[in-house]
Amino acid sequence: MQALYAQLLVGLINGSFYALLSLGLAVIFGMLNIINFAHGALYMMGAFAAYFLLYYLGINYWYALILAPLIVGGIGIILERSMLQWLTGLDHLYGLLLTFGLALIIQGLFQNYFGSSGLPYAIPSILQGGVNLGFMYLPIYRGWVVVFSLIVCLLTWYLIERTRLGANLRAATENPTLVRAFGINVPRMITLTYGLGVGLAALAGVLSAPINQVRPLMGADLIIVVFAVVVIGGMGSIMGSIVTGFTLGVIEGLTKYFYPEASNTVVFVLMVLVLLVKPTGLTGKAA
Amino acid sequence: MKKTISALMLGTAIAVAAGTGAFAQDKTIKIGNLTDMSGLYADVGGAGSTLAAQMALEDSGLTAKGWKIEVISADHQNKPDVGTTIARQWADVEKVDVIVDVLNSGVALAVKNVVTEKNIIMINSGAASSALTDAQCSPNVIHWVYDTYMLANSTGTALVKAGGDSWFFLTADYAFGAALEKDTTAAVTNAGGKILGSVKHPLNSSDFSSFLLQAQASKAKIVGLANAGGDTTNSIKQAAEFGIVKGGQKLAGLLMFVSDVHSLGLNIAQGLNFTETFYWDLNDGTREFSKRFADKMKNNAKPTMVQAGVYSGLLHYFKALEAMGGNPHDGAKVVTKMKDLKTDDKLFGPGEIQITGRKITPAYLFEVKSPAESKGPWDYYKLVGTTPADKAFRPLAESTCPLVKK
Repeated sequence: MQALYAQLLVGLINGSFYALLSLGLAVIFGMLNIINFAHGALYMMGAFAAYFLLYYLGINYWYALILAPLIVGGIGIILERSMLQWLTGLDHLYGLLLTFGLALIIQGLFQNYFGSSGLPYAIPSILQGGVNLGFMYLPIYRGWVVVFSLIVCLLTWYLIERTRLGANLRAATENPTLVRAFGINVPRMITLTYGLGVGLAALAGVLSAPINQVRPLMGADLIIVVFAVVVIGGMGSIMGSIVTGFTLGVIEGLTKYFYPEASNTVVFVLMVLVLLVKPTGLTGKAA
Repeated sequence: MKKTISALMLGTAIAVAAGTGAFAQDKTIKIGNLTDMSGLYADVGGAGSTLAAQMALEDSGLTAKGWKIEVISADHQNKPDVGTTIARQWADVEKVDVIVDVLNSGVALAVKNVVTEKNIIMINSGAASSALTDAQCSPNVIHWVYDTYMLANSTGTALVKAGGDSWFFLTADYAFGAALEKDTTAAVTNAGGKILGSVKHPLNSSDFSSFLLQAQASKAKIVGLANAGGDTTNSIKQAAEFGIVKGGQKLAGLLMFVSDVHSLGLNIAQGLNFTETFYWDLNDGTREFSKRFADKMKNNAKPTMVQAGVYSGLLHYFKALEAMGGNPHDGAKVVTKMKDLKTDDKLFGPGEIQITGRKITPAYLFEVKSPAESKGPWDYYKLVGTTPADKAFRPLAESTCPLVKK
């Protein structure tokens, strides 16, 4: 029973990465209608940004938590301005292919320069060590990841669903022409939204740098699962992807305990079931 | 006129005949480096193996003696089907004589069937599975640097003797992980230890916390990592996070490469024990080769034992061909010649190839230095024990390879 509690908690930790990443995807899809396959590569760039900041500029983890999403978000904005914006109004497939190609190019470049084994990144000293919870030894850093990502997820949800800015944004996706008539710069808003989604991916990258090796393929391994999370939660649904992210983390954690061999397929089995029963996803509305 | 034509035809016929005669003394060789160029093992073999093959070619001095040697390479993406497709194309279209590296046991076992069928050669220095020279041995395959039996035997036995008599395994869920766990289990039980349990994880996992918690709960003294590459480094990094080593359990990397230690950093890797058959700082010969290698490598990386094995294996292959006076393009025949000749080079020292295709070489048990002990970049290992070549690998008496006559 004790082991079960431990697995639940561990699942929650992984779930927070799923939630952060799928949230970014959901924001981008919901507002821009782009299936952002470059998300994994941008997550990886977040982790690398943290590494560069520390080893070349001596800037520590806490600043990296703010700077890396800004830097990578900036790169995202450049990508949107220079390439993605031309795809507005075209079929989803074009965005998917473009971002998928970008992901392969970015990962290939990083692999070429930094090799496949990855680079070390230490846990910040204040978060080192762990506490004994009785049923498990919880590394303090993991606890921090859960709390921090939950806060970020809720803030993002609030920003989009409950503020005037978010309302404008949602209106702009619904009817860009009308919103433009109110004097709102729609293309700029779209660009900034893409930057926000990318920034969230980079933030997840920084959070994961001390846990995983900083490797060029770290995002490629994760992105497929995250897409399954988004599909299960419902494309474009903000709250849906947060809740599904955490839930699937827990389900995966339990699978790792009861039948570890299936742990990397269980998410996809669920995805198939959800698609069969409710093709719009658990919280998605019919298109 | 007619006479001239028939004379010409006769002349041509003679020339063709002479040409065929020269064919027996054919001095062309084509080498294919089939490896993981872009995935989690790319630093272990990858482009470094192509470089090692080029260096073997240059150091053999064969080009100066009129031989024409070419090296090509391809990425098998860790997929057996991709690997066999490339191997077939190399044998049929590219006329490749010898395939080197072939890391990933799953791919290696599949490619073994192709090289046997096409009668070309695989000098494997990358894959771990000891099955390559045991139940699944082939007259066309030589297994160069290491295998699961040797790793298990050296690391497993040494750690049990040092008091680590209860084990729990974290095992990569494919051919290699299963073989490594099986061989280590045998070595540990033989030495008087016992196995408390094991958990299989998918290849290329990014999170090991669930598995590590199970290892922690087992209270085993040794947590054996029957995985490789990124899986091993991530397990070690996360084990540190979950306080496994602090809690009194010890980690045993059953297969680790110098590139893994480099990427972990000494802070996390220090104190780890594992076995390799090559380290760049063993002696003058290894240092000289490794310096030349690193100078040409990106990031000045030192060679792994897989890359060193590509170099050493090819040097021996060239030696056999030179002794035969030409390339007969007959894989099994050349492999027989390679088994007849003693091996000797600066990297692995004198040795031999058994009838099974197993090249035997001493096994070194290393411990990773602490940051204070390390004198500079890539100064990572200290030697703590050596198993002589004839004791390190599976004894012929235990072999199930059909090539062994009993």
